[in-house]
Amino acid sequence: MIEPDAELEAEGLISAPPPHPLVEIWNAFRESRGAFAGLVIILLIALAALFADTVAPHPPAEQYRDAFLLPPAWVEGGSTRFLLGTDDIGRDILSRIIHGARVSLSTGAMVVVLALMAGILLGLIAAFARGLVDIFIMRLMDIMLALPSLLMAIVIVAILGPSLINAALAVIIVQLPHFVRLTRAAALTELGKDYVTASRVAGAGPLRLMWLTVLPNCMAPLIVQATLGFSSAILDLAALGFLGMGAQPPTPEWGTMLSSALQFIQRAWWVVTFPGLAILIVVLAFNLMGDGLRDALDPRLKR
Amino acid sequence: MLKFLLTRVSLVIPTFIGVTLLSFALIRLVPGDPIELLAGERGIDPARHAALRAELGLDRPLLEQYWIYIQKVLHGDLGVSIVTKTPVLQEFLTLFPATVELSLFAILLALLVGLPIGILAAVKRGSWFDYSTMGLSLVGYSMPIFWWALLLILFFSVQLGWTPVSGRISVLYWVEPVTGFMLIDSLLSDEAGAFRSALSHLILPSIALGTIPLAVIARMTRSSMLEVLSEDYIRTARAKGLAPWRVIVVHALRNALIPVITVVGLQVGVLFAGAILTETIFAWPGVGKWLIESVQRRDYPVLQGGVLLVASVVMAVNLIVDLLYGLVNPRIRR
Repeated sequence: MIEPDAELEAEGLISAPPPHPLVEIWNAFRESRGAFAGLVIILLIALAALFADTVAPHPPAEQYRDAFLLPPAWVEGGSTRFLLGTDDIGRDILSRIIHGARVSLSTGAMVVVLALMAGILLGLIAAFARGLVDIFIMRLMDIMLALPSLLMAIVIVAILGPSLINAALAVIIVQLPHFVRLTRAAALTELGKDYVTASRVAGAGPLRLMWLTVLPNCMAPLIVQATLGFSSAILDLAALGFLGMGAQPPTPEWGTMLSSALQFIQRAWWVVTFPGLAILIVVLAFNLMGDGLRDALDPRLKR
Repeated sequence: MLKFLLTRVSLVIPTFIGVTLLSFALIRLVPGDPIELLAGERGIDPARHAALRAELGLDRPLLEQYWIYIQKVLHGDLGVSIVTKTPVLQEFLTLFPATVELSLFAILLALLVGLPIGILAAVKRGSWFDYSTMGLSLVGYSMPIFWWALLLILFFSVQLGWTPVSGRISVLYWVEPVTGFMLIDSLLSDEAGAFRSALSHLILPSIALGTIPLAVIARMTRSSMLEVLSEDYIRTARAKGLAPWRVIVVHALRNALIPVITVVGLQVGVLFAGAILTETIFAWPGVGKWLIESVQRRDYPVLQGGVLLVASVVMAVNLIVDLLYGLVNPRIRR
């Protein structure tokens, strides 16, 4: 028995079925060295964060009274007991950075997931409802975008009060408009295509159309935006922590660590240098990944 | 063109109304009684409380309160700071030039360094120059600028002692504020060395604030240049035998700059977010530091008025960029 499909496929008359989205993402990673490097860095840091209690040489809040402001191990006066030195009350900086990864990555993930979910919901509603609902949602998003992101976050924290959760909530609200706009734009493009009409004619209800027909085809730009959103979430959370409006001490959050190190900048460069370096590395890794994914997934840029 | 102008302007109006609503709601969303917030920690006696309530109009219906608020805003009355007792608008106007001066320098630096890097990287695509500058610009783009500012201080001010750590000018000089721009004012004053001092205070904050726009501009210029360089008319120009630099600078750059201009315009919001952090670190007496302090002091009228003013400035600049873009590129004027 012959397989007519395979034959037609070989002749190029019908195309092979598109690969599963996960396969496509994996291929994107293989295509781009930068994205792959970013992924590896993030996985390593995520592992360190997950097993922070075993990986970190010291508990993050433990104060060693014999070691205030000790320099890193390779500097004169440093000790291998504290590889990256200690802060002003004798806490091990390396351990605090490792535990800080846990704070940053988990809060960042929470922010991106919630902003993405709310954004998809609002974006799909705007695209499907059109009319007044659409105008209302999109105008609201415009207003939210009129304020510079950090200022918007600061206003929200000023209302709610400074804490890590409130800062995370503020960053979710700041990121929301991007996801809503992107989802709406992608959904509108898809809605004009024949397969959606076919599905509608076949009797698919609006919910099925929204979630099963249209949404999967809108995912590529959303995945890219979510990756880049992760990096800006971590940056904004650290900035808020630095300004005293995010995580409060003694939480080992990178931005908060920096702000409490400020007064020692002249005497102890290491308390300022390493937490910031940690932020830079994580943000850079997410941006590398986002850039690589965009080149590979975004059909508009596919050349 | 008129129709294009009118539609763009009319699109801004609902957003502006929304921002006034946000700023109006701000003080009312803060948990607790606004008057007790205004009175601070010392508390307030009930008679004065009631009097203030009536004076501020807080006893009227919300809609009426909003109407009164809008009227005040349109007359330039944005309330009075709790801490300094000065009108918010007046404080904003004294501090705003400092932020503009810093931002202009930052964007100038970003353009002066970013454009040539982007062009060169596109022309020498695939070279070590291309790879290293694009790698660096990704690092710049990912930079937590509050940390970057600290590193700059640590290296140039603390280690080398080249530049001052904070402020706009050395305390040795007293410069009459004429324009509010320290560089111009210091030139106008008779004090010798004042201009040098002002300039040296400006360098590090400009680098810190300009880094992200620089990275964005370099990347954008490169990709937009690459796109233009592959167009047919560039091949024609080359085939005509024009000098390579002429093709790049005269023919390609002109078209490649259009998307770059938009990106520069869009950087205004980013620049302001950065100014909040940069000004706080360098003790730069601008609007960003003022807003942060208002949050720390719980000076809600300042935060309320400041948010409205900043949003208005950002919206105005975006509108101007939009209109200019329509002027430069007739294709988007429908």
